Amino acid sequence: MIDVLIIGSGGAGLASALTAKERGASVLVVGKSYPTASQTSMAQGGMNASLGNVTPDSIQSHIDDTIKSAHKLCNNQMVKQLCEDAPNSIAWLEKLGVPFDRTPESKVAQRQLGGASSKRACYAQDYTGLKILHTLYDTCLKEGVEILEEYFLLNLITKDSVVLGAIFLDIVTGEVKEIQAKTTIMATGGYAGVYKGFTTNSEGATGDGIASVLRAGGSVSDMEFVQFHPTALKSSATLISESARGEGGYLVNSKEERFIDELLPRDVVARAIALQISDGEEVFLDIRHLGEEKLLHLMPQEVHLCRLYENVDPIKELIPIKPVAHYSMGGIDINNNLEVTGLKNCYAVGECSNAKIHGANRLGGNSLLEIISLGRLAGKNAVGCVSQRTNKTVGGDCHRTTQLEEDKEYIEGLFEEYPWEQNFYDLQYELGSKFYKYAGIVRDNTELNNLLNELRVIKADIDNMGIGDKNRENNTNLVEFLQFQNSLEIGEVLLDSALVRDESRGAHYKEAFPNKDDKLYRVNSLYWVEENVLQNKLVKVVD
Amino acid sequence: MQRDLTIAINRGGEITHFGVPEERTTLLNALYYIKNQTDNTLTFSSSCRSGVCGTCAVRVNGKEVLACSYNFEEDDLIEPLAYHEVQRDLKVNKQKVRETLKASTAWLQSSQEVAITEEQVTLTEKQTDCILCDSCYSSCPVLEVNPDFMGPFALTRAYRYTADPREGNIQSIIDNIQSNGIWDCTLCGNCTEVCPQGIDPKMDITLLRGTASQFGYTDPNFQAMDFGFGGGF
Repeated sequence: MIDVLIIGSGGAGLASALTAKERGASVLVVGKSYPTASQTSMAQGGMNASLGNVTPDSIQSHIDDTIKSAHKLCNNQMVKQLCEDAPNSIAWLEKLGVPFDRTPESKVAQRQLGGASSKRACYAQDYTGLKILHTLYDTCLKEGVEILEEYFLLNLITKDSVVLGAIFLDIVTGEVKEIQAKTTIMATGGYAGVYKGFTTNSEGATGDGIASVLRAGGSVSDMEFVQFHPTALKSSATLISESARGEGGYLVNSKEERFIDELLPRDVVARAIALQISDGEEVFLDIRHLGEEKLLHLMPQEVHLCRLYENVDPIKELIPIKPVAHYSMGGIDINNNLEVTGLKNCYAVGECSNAKIHGANRLGGNSLLEIISLGRLAGKNAVGCVSQRTNKTVGGDCHRTTQLEEDKEYIEGLFEEYPWEQNFYDLQYELGSKFYKYAGIVRDNTELNNLLNELRVIKADIDNMGIGDKNRENNTNLVEFLQFQNSLEIGEVLLDSALVRDESRGAHYKEAFPNKDDKLYRVNSLYWVEENVLQNKLVKVVD
Repeated sequence: MQRDLTIAINRGGEITHFGVPEERTTLLNALYYIKNQTDNTLTFSSSCRSGVCGTCAVRVNGKEVLACSYNFEEDDLIEPLAYHEVQRDLKVNKQKVRETLKASTAWLQSSQEVAITEEQVTLTEKQTDCILCDSCYSSCPVLEVNPDFMGPFALTRAYRYTADPREGNIQSIIDNIQSNGIWDCTLCGNCTEVCPQGIDPKMDITLLRGTASQFGYTDPNFQAMDFGFGGGF
């Protein structure tokens, strides 16, 4: 039996795999797509570390900025640990060969991102995530890390709340397979894909791992907190990095007037844009004054994306933008050791987890830091868990559970029946746009409630949907249907927790409750499933 | 929605025509339209929708493009990438092709601590933009005659590490790209033409040949020619 099963092959998964392998554990990474296709590839702006290479900086300033942006909803201990480890994480990536940009003094270059008190984000042009991810992948090949690709997570295997591995659909063959492991790390990514059509995220950001933890009896938290990125292209929702504003880009309305300090935190800027749009204005990003040479050097990807998806040349024209769902702060609830609440021998890391670092609003540049720093920590802790168990001479034997049979039966059933009274693709787009409207930047209880009821009706109707494609092999219709079901489970928690929180804090904003209410709501909202019923409680944040 | 345009898709050797709404949009959106509304069984790969994940490369009228970054036109013929095992419709097995990265050992062999200048980062800035979409591999005519050829992206990536000042053992990479590597390339430039990221693998291979000669390697094709003509004159 393998020591460490890592589910998800993005930056967090690969960083934990390399660390666990380095510590002598047998490691298997399993992901639903190719490692280099993961969401990490889309991170553009940079990775925070208080190196002070360009402007004076300190670990304390990084901590202060992060806590401020989190709106008192973070775990200060975790934030401190992360910010302290940031320079080590950069040094580790440097050693692996990540091609960070340099200053004229040959130090790692750093740029300004919103909400930061210094130029703190280390970057590789606007391809920072891509270059980190590919370097991690190259290193995994070098170190012989075993990676199973195109394996879709169906369910975790548990016995008395101990996670024993997971059941997967092998997408290529169509077979349902069991993989047992001594410990499991969830690194499955976020859920902003729930806002289908209104998100910068990839097609697969459907919260599969988070949903599987809920089904296995684990807890999730703070699911109401979804970050809206202020600047996505208007027609395609493609991300234009914050570095565009960090380098001096302006936000202007139809009258070409600036209306906000562009470098305020993302939640504030996104709301200001939403307000302009609801007042009938169009909003544009203006980077023309930065000049062609600078734009082509620092933001080649942005220039390319504007030309391609919006048909505008940002060197000469204004870029039409809108804010869209970008990052999920909430996720699988974990303790300071990254262990999943309610489950044993199971860790979670990266966007799928809620390490309580980002709180109510994530700072740009902290998510790449999280996947590397905590990714390595997850690898280390999982190996520690394995050796503890080995010392106690428990575990190691394969367990018999009914999960494999149950999942086989379910998948089999989808091939047998196909009522197709409802096209789930249509519902997915419809829900995505309703989530954007009613559970987006500005929220209202009546609308949230209506949407929650609607979603529950759809959920109850799932047996009338199904798959049209009955081929066993390479069935992407099946994968998309399973993803849709996961996003329904995630969406239900998101809406319920948004309803419960009658205040405004960070990315969660209600017009009827425009202020922070620390007395009632300086809490993490915890959700879990008990006997098929969703349960919740509010847990006070401890300083 | 009105169906005005027709595109043709090569599905397992058979050409199927699909109607898609006439609007200026990406091929990927058209493929999703077909899958969601017309035929659930149409199979293709995609992920980021914004040209950085490398998943959705296909051939349109014989030329490699990212489906998410190409605006389709009437009567376009869409086919899976070449020299890949076609799993279904437009979905191909990229895993096998990425074995070439292992063969070329495209990673930092031995990491040394050195100061890196702005200019040195710029040297491989383009090469490290690679998204592993496999477009270059699909366009490479050498694979028609030598299926074991490492292909363009594995060699560009090898170059990227040889040109990294942190690389303490350039020779190891150079040694590993001799067989089925740099000398098998015909420098036709197809790869350079189709790369969605503007990378120039042809140039990278040329540069690698230069480095290889510094380590005493010579073009085996010339040797073969010398040998062939040697006896006759």
